[in-house]
Amino acid sequence: MKKQNSIGQPYRRIEGALKVTGRAKYAAEYQVEDLLYGYVVNSKITKGRIESIDESATRAVDGVVEVFHHDNRSSLPRFDLLYSDMDAPPGSPFRPLYDNKIQFAGQPVAFVVAETFEAARYAASLLTVHYAEEEFDVDLKANMDKARDPSKGLATFIKPLPPGPRGDFEKAYAAADERFEGKFHHGSQHHNPMEMFATTTVYEGDGKLTIYDKTQGTSNSQIYVSNLFGLSMSDVRVIAPFVGGGFGSGLRPQYQLVFSVMAALELKRNVRVSMDRRQMFTFGHRPETFQHTRFGATKDGTLTAINHEAFAETSNFEDYNEVVVNHANMLYPADNVTLDYKLIPLDRFTPMDMRAPGGSTGMLAIETTMDQLADQLDLDPLEFRLRNYAERDVSSDKPFSSKELKECYRQGAERFGWNERQPTAKKVRRGNRLVGHGMSSGIWDVIALPGKATATFTAEGKLIVESAVTDNGQGTYTVMTQIAADQLGLPLESVSFKYGDSKHPLSPIQGGSYTTGVIGSAVKAACLKLKDKLFHLAQIMDGYPLGDALPEDTIFTDGAIILKKDPSVRIPLTDIIAFNRGEAVSVSKSNVPNLLKIKQYTRAAHAATFVEVEVDEQLGVINVTRAVTAVAAGKIMNPKTARSQILGGMVWGISMALREETLLDNNLGKYVNTDLGEYHIPVHADVHQLDVIFVPEEDRIINELGAKGIGEIGVISMAPAIVNAVYNATGKLVKVFPIKLGDLL
Amino acid sequence: MIKGISEAGVHEVNLVVNDEHRQLHLPPWVTLLDALRNHLGLTGTKKGCDHGQCGACTVICDDERILSCLTLATMKDGSNITTIEGIGSEDELHPLQSAFIEHDAFQCGYCTPGQICSGVAMLAAGRGDTREEIQDLMSGNLCRCGANTNIIDAIIAVKNQSK
Ligand code: FES
Ligand code: FES
Repeated sequence: MKKQNSIGQPYRRIEGALKVTGRAKYAAEYQVEDLLYGYVVNSKITKGRIESIDESATRAVDGVVEVFHHDNRSSLPRFDLLYSDMDAPPGSPFRPLYDNKIQFAGQPVAFVVAETFEAARYAASLLTVHYAEEEFDVDLKANMDKARDPSKGLATFIKPLPPGPRGDFEKAYAAADERFEGKFHHGSQHHNPMEMFATTTVYEGDGKLTIYDKTQGTSNSQIYVSNLFGLSMSDVRVIAPFVGGGFGSGLRPQYQLVFSVMAALELKRNVRVSMDRRQMFTFGHRPETFQHTRFGATKDGTLTAINHEAFAETSNFEDYNEVVVNHANMLYPADNVTLDYKLIPLDRFTPMDMRAPGGSTGMLAIETTMDQLADQLDLDPLEFRLRNYAERDVSSDKPFSSKELKECYRQGAERFGWNERQPTAKKVRRGNRLVGHGMSSGIWDVIALPGKATATFTAEGKLIVESAVTDNGQGTYTVMTQIAADQLGLPLESVSFKYGDSKHPLSPIQGGSYTTGVIGSAVKAACLKLKDKLFHLAQIMDGYPLGDALPEDTIFTDGAIILKKDPSVRIPLTDIIAFNRGEAVSVSKSNVPNLLKIKQYTRAAHAATFVEVEVDEQLGVINVTRAVTAVAAGKIMNPKTARSQILGGMVWGISMALREETLLDNNLGKYVNTDLGEYHIPVHADVHQLDVIFVPEEDRIINELGAKGIGEIGVISMAPAIVNAVYNATGKLVKVFPIKLGDLL
Repeated sequence: MIKGISEAGVHEVNLVVNDEHRQLHLPPWVTLLDALRNHLGLTGTKKGCDHGQCGACTVICDDERILSCLTLATMKDGSNITTIEGIGSEDELHPLQSAFIEHDAFQCGYCTPGQICSGVAMLAAGRGDTREEIQDLMSGNLCRCGANTNIIDAIIAVKNQSK
């Protein structure tokens, strides 16, 4: 008797119909009685103090209920720890409305609460804030002398600092036959999910709050609010079943959450606070980063020397770090390596994880450097990478838990038609456009964390699985349902995954591509425990038909426990529940990764991307005409939603290489293109033929499911492949991103 | 100086929204988007920027796709508005809605109502003959999740069905 598996099947998203009919509700969309609206006022200066606030004009607007600022806010704690969140880097977290100190441009300084949205917005525009301005420093380049090591903390445990040197880099570099040195730069980038941050807080009367928040972690928001306002966790419920994109921006609670709760508690009313698009540029972001690479190789194409340094912005109050320089030596086994990663504190807000944090930054430098060396060596870029293929991670002296990158190269190259690539620039033309081909490798570390879930089998024959985890569009809802369904051998319709609610078992924030591995493994563990419990309950039933069969001699399928060797012998699961006096059977289970085991391996997803670009010779316009990304990320749970994740990543890669950057005016201390008209992301006309291949990969080490996660890996190899393709088309290597039209003229 | 809502006055606005007559009393500065979301409870229409730069708020007004955030509700007095809630229901999806599900043309779903309204109106106007033309005509609707190719695939599938 064989079981039907839903894992690996391209199921449609379970919530699809809700999303396409507009019935899916996001944080600002819950209809509640007597709702008040809050609108935030942001600092006009970059650094200094608030001297006074004139509220008179604001309060004179009809419908204004209250104005909140540092002088009249409700009490807030004084200890850093109570402002901490699951993604807080080492340092002292920002405290909204805490005092009169201004630490960064756009800092929220007040918010106005009114009976209507329009009144709140208008009244907020009338608030007069008098500032005493101080000198500020936001200029990364001008402050390179302040570069220092990041402070250590939980963040550096999850995102490790670079390993120490290996061999003698300087000597090997000097002795190399071919050398390439590159200096790279990209500016800050802001996540800009389509849904703007919003929180609707429902004041339940008995001191309890129900909070609809835009977040990537309901447990995270719950703990944060409890700590900040001194509430018991059981009085704070955070709900977020639908989240209009996060990309990392929802990994930390944002200030609208604080304000919505503060006003609700103070006014004992229901309050909604939404950000506007300009305010979406006033918190965490991908840090502006300078990079310096020096790679050396022998004539036969063996990489011998790697030096990769990165200098990134952080704030003056927290040390945000990401993994930028560690990957070159994981991918390419050179013996002489020095890596360095430094932070430069500035008067800007703390950066924050943004889709493929660190990896997408570092690989942009690493993979373009690799192509330049290949060019100097007269080697095909793919051949050069194959000659330096790492069968073992020499940087940490560990084996890979699994690595099918070679197969990614092979399948990707074949699908793309890589062998037709012309090695020299300006060889291929279509009309007045130059055509170029480029490729890149990709790598993303697999993160392991504990997770928890409950599983319940009901009298109606339904399996209910619960976790507080969110689904920001990754497909978590559907994939968790599939995992649970397979464990109990049920059709998807009989399974209900309850998520996006802090009342369910605590979940880590949803990021880093680890959710499928972490929560999926917990769901599996809970289902296994439930099966065990059901099996043992069945054994004490009258007329138990399975005799002395052990659990492994049976199989859960079609809503029954069935004897493997004689499928006609079965106990319907609902009979077991009936025997249990009709009471549902419920279990709760934590899944804790076996660190001792997994730490012996380097665990990473890999990818290879192949790109074709057309460059208009006269105008410098670049068009990514087609691209193929081949991914090896362990078990793919749902190829339909997984493909979309990779496609989305590829679009982000186009954006990194060619579109997005938040421009900072160093004199004003402010970002200047803070709207979607001037902050460019790819539109439909920019996105052409994209192709995704999932290379089969089995991994028995990383987690219970063998799933590595796919949220970031699609981004990482795309941008460098584009830059390399532009070089192949034009002979021009651009090292300041995004590439602008003028760079190619 | 205008002090508040009372002094600006409240205007009667009559709209036919998804085939239903709706009467609202609104100050003149309420956008059609906020009227739909905050006053009529039709939150299917999304707010992605409030500045006419993202397309999330696209609705169909008298057969034209418009950005409801750039439209004051009073300007549309007497108009016929179709929002995503009027395009199809869960039991009776519009072919483009089904195609969006089939092609996985969304991830977070936040841009989706705008994309669908835009696509429906574009197809109804008989426009978008080639893939490139559709890409151009849909470029006012941003998707940060990067579902772009799936969105265009879904629209083309529906266009081919109706041929
Ligand atoms: S909300 Fe109207 S275009 Fe963005
Ligand atoms: S589906 Fe998320 S923005 Fe388009």
